[in-house]
Amino acid sequence: MRVALRRFEDVSVGDELTSRSFPLRRVDLVRYAGASGDFNVIHWNERVARSVGLPDVIAHGMLTMAVAGRLASDWAGDPAAVVEYGTRFTRPVPVPDDDEGALLEVGGVVAALDAQARTARIDLVATAAGAKVLGRAQAVVRLG
Amino acid sequence: MGINPALAGRVYPPSAGYEVSREKIAEFATAIGSDDPAHRDPEAARALGHPDVVAPPTFAVVVAQRAEGQIYADPDSGVDFSRLVHGEERFTHHRPVVAGDRLVATLHVDTAREVGGHGMLATRVEVADADGAPVSTVVSTVVIRGGE
Repeated sequence: MRVALRRFEDVSVGDELTSRSFPLRRVDLVRYAGASGDFNVIHWNERVARSVGLPDVIAHGMLTMAVAGRLASDWAGDPAAVVEYGTRFTRPVPVPDDDEGALLEVGGVVAALDAQARTARIDLVATAAGAKVLGRAQAVVRLG
Repeated sequence: MGINPALAGRVYPPSAGYEVSREKIAEFATAIGSDDPAHRDPEAARALGHPDVVAPPTFAVVVAQRAEGQIYADPDSGVDFSRLVHGEERFTHHRPVVAGDRLVATLHVDTAREVGGHGMLATRVEVADADGAPVSTVVSTVVIRGGE
């Protein structure tokens, strides 16, 4: 893994970030609940999730966002280089009670550069079961 | 009832300070599957110019969601938590969160209104350090689904 910040001069609009797949299993939801303090019952209790009309237990939107964001922070070489990160949650990610869970597939592209601020805007695409789960997921990354 | 529109414009009192530890940063990094050494190794973080290990980009949600909880704990808000759906989230970092920070969160309600039988709530949590200097702005939009 890089321990240096990616240089602005080495980046062009249209550069693609290497796509990656991230499994989200029930244990990952439980771990995120504990670490974040978000114990909303729909993220760990199938009975309650179904009773409010969800297909199954669903992943925390904030977990999906955090995992997708790793593409941008790992690419930058420093997680603190992400100065802005926003997304819409367009579709829930159901996580079945099996060993595979859900598979989050994330890709990204350099969509814009700001030479004055030496930042790049990364547009991220995250899908699960073939459907987009994040909308307008954009990270602004400060480069070296 | 989805949301009490009178909440719009409300600013809640600043939270008690939240002490950011190396252990909590490492725990959060593990929970999002990140093996980045800048979250765990102070030397690796210093090599990048930071005073100590740095938090992942969405770590500020830990502090922000605690602040947002004040709305749901307030019987005056009219919000049924089980009907809440997260719509949007945005972080703007004025500087990185690092171990040793003492963070204070102030919750602002920017929008609270009824739209088509659903409640729309937009909040902004301003996160500052012990000196009052801005650290992060966390904007969150939630929908409170109307009854069927």
